Amino acid sequence: MASARVVQPAQAEPPVGSNPRTLIRRALPYIGYAVLIFVAFIEITPFALTIANSFKCDPAITAFPASFIPVPPFGVDCDVRDETGAVVGRLPATAQVNGATFNPTTSGYDQIFSDGEALPRWAFNTVIYAVGITILRLIFDSMAGYSLARLKFPGNRVLFFILLGVLMIPAVVLLIPRFIMLQQLGLLNTFTGYFLVLGADAFGILLMKQFFESIPGEIEEAASVDGANRLITFFRIVLPMATPALVALTIFSFQGQWNNFMDALIIVGTDESMYNLPLGLNQLRGSGQDIQFDLVLAGSVITTLPMAIIFFVFQRYFVEGVSYSGLKG
Amino acid sequence: MAAANSAAAKNVTPDRSQARGRAKMQEAISGYGFVLPAFVILLVFMILPLVVAGYFSLTDWNGVRPLSGEGAYEFIGLENYQRLLVEGRRVDDFYNALKNTVYYVLGVVPTQTILALVLAVIVNQKWLKGRGFFRTAFYFPSITSSIVVSMIFLFLFSNTGPVNGAIRALFPQYTPISWLADNTGVLHSILGIFGITEASAPVLGDTEIFRISLWEWLSGPSVAMFTIMLLAIWTTIGTMMVVYLAALQNIPSQVYEAAAVDGATQWQVFRGITLPLLRPTTFFVVTLGLIGTFQVFDQIFVLNTDNTKESTMSVAYLVYDLAFGAISDPQMGRATAAAITLFIIIFLATILQRRLTGGDRPVD
Repeated sequence: MASARVVQPAQAEPPVGSNPRTLIRRALPYIGYAVLIFVAFIEITPFALTIANSFKCDPAITAFPASFIPVPPFGVDCDVRDETGAVVGRLPATAQVNGATFNPTTSGYDQIFSDGEALPRWAFNTVIYAVGITILRLIFDSMAGYSLARLKFPGNRVLFFILLGVLMIPAVVLLIPRFIMLQQLGLLNTFTGYFLVLGADAFGILLMKQFFESIPGEIEEAASVDGANRLITFFRIVLPMATPALVALTIFSFQGQWNNFMDALIIVGTDESMYNLPLGLNQLRGSGQDIQFDLVLAGSVITTLPMAIIFFVFQRYFVEGVSYSGLKG
Repeated sequence: MAAANSAAAKNVTPDRSQARGRAKMQEAISGYGFVLPAFVILLVFMILPLVVAGYFSLTDWNGVRPLSGEGAYEFIGLENYQRLLVEGRRVDDFYNALKNTVYYVLGVVPTQTILALVLAVIVNQKWLKGRGFFRTAFYFPSITSSIVVSMIFLFLFSNTGPVNGAIRALFPQYTPISWLADNTGVLHSILGIFGITEASAPVLGDTEIFRISLWEWLSGPSVAMFTIMLLAIWTTIGTMMVVYLAALQNIPSQVYEAAAVDGATQWQVFRGITLPLLRPTTFFVVTLGLIGTFQVFDQIFVLNTDNTKESTMSVAYLVYDLAFGAISDPQMGRATAAAITLFIIIFLATILQRRLTGGDRPVD
């Protein structure tokens, strides 16, 4: 017994260097870690630099984009003023940055928040669009998915195939006709138009249908025997059982709408007061070559922050949602 | 059926078939009622627009003349398609956009798929510590808006930006380039290293296919487009990695144990077992990738300038540009024709890749 225990590890691990294959096998974890750390660095650094530079005055962003450690004094004034308080120039980069450290300013943020209050309006619109469409989809997609999965009616299969067909229509094809139709209906640049166009989606219906097919149906049958109204049964009994799928649907549609650019461009793109944050951010960039990076980077941070907070709080569900749809797909 | 049966069983009436019929009817009514709101939206804002697009692609409507007015447009048959694809003022625009898009797709899809698979395999290793951290780090970029990512890249790759700074720190002799303003073809540069230029191989410059010279077709993506490709890969690998990781974790460990008993090496196990079992996932990831990249729009919209408009023009952006870009000369009809053509191209590409990868069925 004792000798076997001594011999076994020796067999598993022959002396180092005796066999090139063993050497490679031993090196693999180190190579693996090196690859992962390198990629993680590539994926994270841009965000770190964006946050750091959003707290600099624009001359410093251009001259020293790599310095990332904020040190006091905080709240530097980006304008250089004379004795009377009149602005005579911008704070030179070397006055704000010292090697890897810099004195942070909120100048970029102050500007985008004071500029005619456009940004708060865009943020408000984005919340309304994202929350409204998520709620509509939770109701409509799950109802349709449930019906396709569980209820028998003539044409059920046909609707399912139509759904698969709709899933294949590229968004680009819809761009112009949707614009024309909304224009004809007088719904361009309205909340109604936005909610109507995006209030249900084929992907969400499919997600819900597949979920309802994966859970047993006895409970609703029992409820329907009792003569309960099917709609009440659905919202009281069926929907609470579908929580995992509803969470996935919530995350997909909220994230999709928070970041939606192309649909917003078509539906509300001709009225600045109806913009969402992605459209607004594009507006901040301006059309010229001369980009005000202090505004653009501050706007980027503001646009991303709410989504990032939601992501870190509900991280598990994000990953599960993607895995779920990937495995089903 | 079961619901109808049990409902009927409760009714102890002589006429059971009538009750069963009523229950069936009620179920059907509920069935239609439940799908109604969602399918009205899909019908009006997904299917009808497709029909409308097909319809207007056969007209000469310019998008400005009011539709209600007399003679707003005329039917011109397939003339828009012919003008766009065969002969007309915009032919070279379309094929230039198609060339850019195809280079974009061919550069992004294989790269992001292979990188995602490699990362997923490493993250799935038993010895790995900090799995959650790596998964979060890789996934995070994909939750941000395409516009934010475009702004970040605009900053990173600007003339004085951190990327040029980093390259310069590593290679002091490097002269900074304006990545997003550079129209040089990447493949042209590579060919140039081997001494192949337009002057040295005049046949390439003289041969024209679809109004674009062979030399131009071989340009590869421009440096500006290449930067946008990096952006797409950078954003997407995390999502694709999470999909692969879920599939890897779904492979039962007995499969590997059996292989270990047979004395297979890790590489043999990967080639012979893991990869074939992942085939449906690969099909899914590649299909998603194809559909997404063929329609590249947001990033182009934000990052193109007058200077790089031609070298970063994608088909999806051309559709927008034809319809809304040229204020003096909008061409709704031709724009919808371009959109429908893109639809057909994406459809064919998906079928082709299904044939090439052997579809979504796993092999044993």
